[in-house]
Amino acid sequence: MVAFIIRRLLQSLFVMFFVALVSFAMFQFIGDPVNQMVGVETSLAERAALRERLGLNDPMVVQFWHYIVNAVSGDFGISYQHKRPVAQMLLERLPATLELSLVSALLSLVVGIPMGVYTGLNRDGFLAKVFLTISLIGISLPTFLIGILLIFVFSVTLANIPPISVLGLFAIDLSVLQLPSFGRGTTVDLGWWRTGLLTSDGLKALIMPSITLGLFQLTLIMRLVRSEMLEVLRADYIKFARARGLSNRAVHFGHALKNTLVPVITITGLQIGSIIAFAIITETVFQWPGMGQMFLQAVQNVDIPIMAAYLMLIAFFFVVINLIVDMLYYVVDPRLRVDTGKVSGHG
Amino acid sequence: MADVPVTPAGRPAMILYPLRRFFDGDVWASFKRSPITVGAALVTLLYFMMAAFGPWIAPYDPFDLAKLDLLDSLLPPAWSADGDPRYLLGTDDQGRDMLSAIIYGSRVSLLIGFASVLLSMVLGIGLGLVSGFVGGAIDAFIMRMAEIQLSFPAILVALLINGVVIGYFKTHPEWQVDQVTLAYVVLVLSIGLSNWVQYARTVRGSTLVERGKEYVQAAHVIGIHPVKIMLRHILPNVMGPVLVIATIQLALAVIAEATLSFLGVGVPPTEPSLGTLIRVGNDYLFSGEWWVTIFPGAALAILVLAVNLLGDWLRDALNPKLR
Amino acid sequence: MSTPLLQVRNLVVEFPTRRGTLTAVDDISFDIAEGEVLGVVGESGAGKSMTGAAVIGLLEPPGRIAAGEILLEGRRIDNLPYEQMRQIRGRHIGAIFQDPLTSLNPLYSIGRQLVETIQTHTDLSSTRARARAVELLAEVGIPAPERRVDQYPHQFSGGMRQRVVIALALCVNPRLIIADEPTTALDVSIQAQIIALLKRLCREHGTAVMLVTHDMGVIAETADRVAVMYAGRIAEVGPVREVIKNAKHPYTHGLMGSIPAIGHDAERLEQIPGSMPRLTDIPPGCAFNPRCLHAFDRCRRERPELIPVEDGRVSCWLYDPANAMSVDEAKAVVSARAETPVERADV
Repeated sequence: MVAFIIRRLLQSLFVMFFVALVSFAMFQFIGDPVNQMVGVETSLAERAALRERLGLNDPMVVQFWHYIVNAVSGDFGISYQHKRPVAQMLLERLPATLELSLVSALLSLVVGIPMGVYTGLNRDGFLAKVFLTISLIGISLPTFLIGILLIFVFSVTLANIPPISVLGLFAIDLSVLQLPSFGRGTTVDLGWWRTGLLTSDGLKALIMPSITLGLFQLTLIMRLVRSEMLEVLRADYIKFARARGLSNRAVHFGHALKNTLVPVITITGLQIGSIIAFAIITETVFQWPGMGQMFLQAVQNVDIPIMAAYLMLIAFFFVVINLIVDMLYYVVDPRLRVDTGKVSGHG
Repeated sequence: MADVPVTPAGRPAMILYPLRRFFDGDVWASFKRSPITVGAALVTLLYFMMAAFGPWIAPYDPFDLAKLDLLDSLLPPAWSADGDPRYLLGTDDQGRDMLSAIIYGSRVSLLIGFASVLLSMVLGIGLGLVSGFVGGAIDAFIMRMAEIQLSFPAILVALLINGVVIGYFKTHPEWQVDQVTLAYVVLVLSIGLSNWVQYARTVRGSTLVERGKEYVQAAHVIGIHPVKIMLRHILPNVMGPVLVIATIQLALAVIAEATLSFLGVGVPPTEPSLGTLIRVGNDYLFSGEWWVTIFPGAALAILVLAVNLLGDWLRDALNPKLR
Repeated sequence: MSTPLLQVRNLVVEFPTRRGTLTAVDDISFDIAEGEVLGVVGESGAGKSMTGAAVIGLLEPPGRIAAGEILLEGRRIDNLPYEQMRQIRGRHIGAIFQDPLTSLNPLYSIGRQLVETIQTHTDLSSTRARARAVELLAEVGIPAPERRVDQYPHQFSGGMRQRVVIALALCVNPRLIIADEPTTALDVSIQAQIIALLKRLCREHGTAVMLVTHDMGVIAETADRVAVMYAGRIAEVGPVREVIKNAKHPYTHGLMGSIPAIGHDAERLEQIPGSMPRLTDIPPGCAFNPRCLHAFDRCRRERPELIPVEDGRVSCWLYDPANAMSVDEAKAVVSARAETPVERADV
């Protein structure tokens, strides 16, 4: 067990190192940072002095070393575009992205897993087929399109829809269902963490973005659970369990479900990481002030410090999540606990 | 191997054999039996036709800046009150006919999609073959890279490559490049380079299996060049799963291109792809000109849905466990 | 004579497929008495496993019982709704399958799987059920059962696992066990142990066994009576010693001749020319007739019934009591060598 943890930690360090290398390389590739940072009036002498002060004349390896040291202590440099410390900008925007991502992930799990189990158990039922069709649409529509469609229905159309009169007796005003389509609504500051979860405004603003972000994950999870379920239900131990007269409940939810969820854990864990990255798109569609939107602007403006910092942060999240998932795997599957030499993993 | 098709030189045509097997077998039968799949295939074919013959089918050429009339901009679809019968689906903010823009846009999207899938395939298959065949440190290295890359969503990798390359050209204005061509090349590169891993892994797996087989060892002993062994013998056996991956990847590539264009780092608005059109139209959504976004959006959704359905069916049909 | 424990009457099992309906089991009838071991032997595809699955009610759809009856202690069980059949499974009829590794759920300890089964069919408390589980493990020969009861399947060797499977099948004392190739997946050295265990336990508890296998050696060791299946039909059924020493059906005779026997002179193994027909290509009349050295006109037209002969029954027109030929003459015909056919009078 200990050997396993150590090995995974080493792997994680390797990944972080590699990502740091790539981030650092970006700086070198794109040209002179000094030119990015200063205005045209700055004299050549001042530029040379700045270059010296920033350590840009040191050998590559030294610069890389400084870069890593700085990153580890939380200093990611100054944004070319905004002239502010990148780390501070990241912190400002982190809560927005994290809240959105976590709510989406939760949504996709809470809805996706039961849907998957249902369609796995009732292969040919009508409702199952409906779910499967929805899942196909979920996988086919690009995230941004989902967002736009949601906005179109719940913000644009509902805003302009006149009250519908029912039998001339009373009118249903659908415009109350209208949802805000940009920003986070009213937020509350808890220390440095700005949250939108504590106001009804903020929660309303969270609805469409989290559905947009979570839909793809939801369908992925649903399909995965379904196919795993179908696979597991064909296994011999299920047949033997039935032959022993175990109830359907015991067979489906006791035996089949547990075996189904094991690979689902891994995939889900990895997907959380990708949700954070996909937030870029969602944040753009909904003008959500998160890290993703910041990253996109950085790409458009060739603001390398932000790009590099974002990359490192995402890599860090991935690595941490991967480690947690591996630990979970260990807890859930007893076969892994004995053969520590044989942890084959799930890649 | 009773009736293996034979080339004039008398040697069996190794590529034709799998094709013949395909059409004779259950796969084709299952295809014909599923109306949804046939429908999906037809729709996909329709899009391919649109892409291939676009310039001849489209009523206007939306890329010809000279012909655009700003007075015609933002006209609603022909069937609504202020519509103009000349423009079936309305026009966008530049006065481009939406129908033509969609046709040309699909063309661009599919072109980039195919090119990037091709790039991924070649890269992935190549690396997979080498990795599986040669083994050792090279194998370990390639697979490690694959793992790392796999932990990052393709879109992020694509964005990065995109950003870096475009950034390079921005900060080195001495390199004069046509913006549109640059955009195409960078898109293909970034999407292609972010999606090779699945091919590599599958091919590597099959290569490992085939490598142990006797006919490969025999060929080796006779002295046939390893590259020839890989291409001639191992490759045909791998094409099945590769095809499934390629189909699904095509849908993903089209989505990726659309996403990148929507985010503003893809195809520029002068020769828009479906994604660019959607982005442009998004600004007009609230002021009521919904058609500029919704129609390209629908076109994109239908294309991807059709390709996904095909890929789904292909995967089930080729899965020996489900037969 | 008291009612046999299990009665199968004219059972037909069908599989609708794309290419038409396949008949996997075509009108077979047999009985199993209390405490008796009936071997069901035949090549792969002869329909033995299907029969077992049909008896315990675990035919996988689209397979279904198309005709016939299955009676347990005089009551029909083939047409019971799922829930009622489920209560019979495990409690009155148990099953053992071929591969002990895949028969056990890898994620649960064997103790948990035993307790679950016990508690499904009895009202024993958890403590008592667990104690019973430990007893059972001891009974099947697992050393240190109190410790091993909490271990997981992968921590047992193949033979041990099959013992656990037997314990699971026998834990609530069913009257009948369907054993489907219980030793095929095991090492030869272990096979004998497991067979001996099964035999002993069933004798001790008075459990009847329907032992499905293609291995005549196992049948010879264990069974009281044996039914030989061919192409979904029963060719011959009778006491084990009779069928082995004095095979009446030409197929059974061929089968016995093709088994190498220690102690005999080294002669060529007899091989039956041709192979068992596929389910889609069963010839009219007797299914064996194309390969039978003694086939005559009637064999090709009419399917033979199971004709009572001495202590058993044979499905072969050579033994029709209406024949001019006597039973002994028929037996001589069948057991003659191919090279020296016996001159026979008109049938």
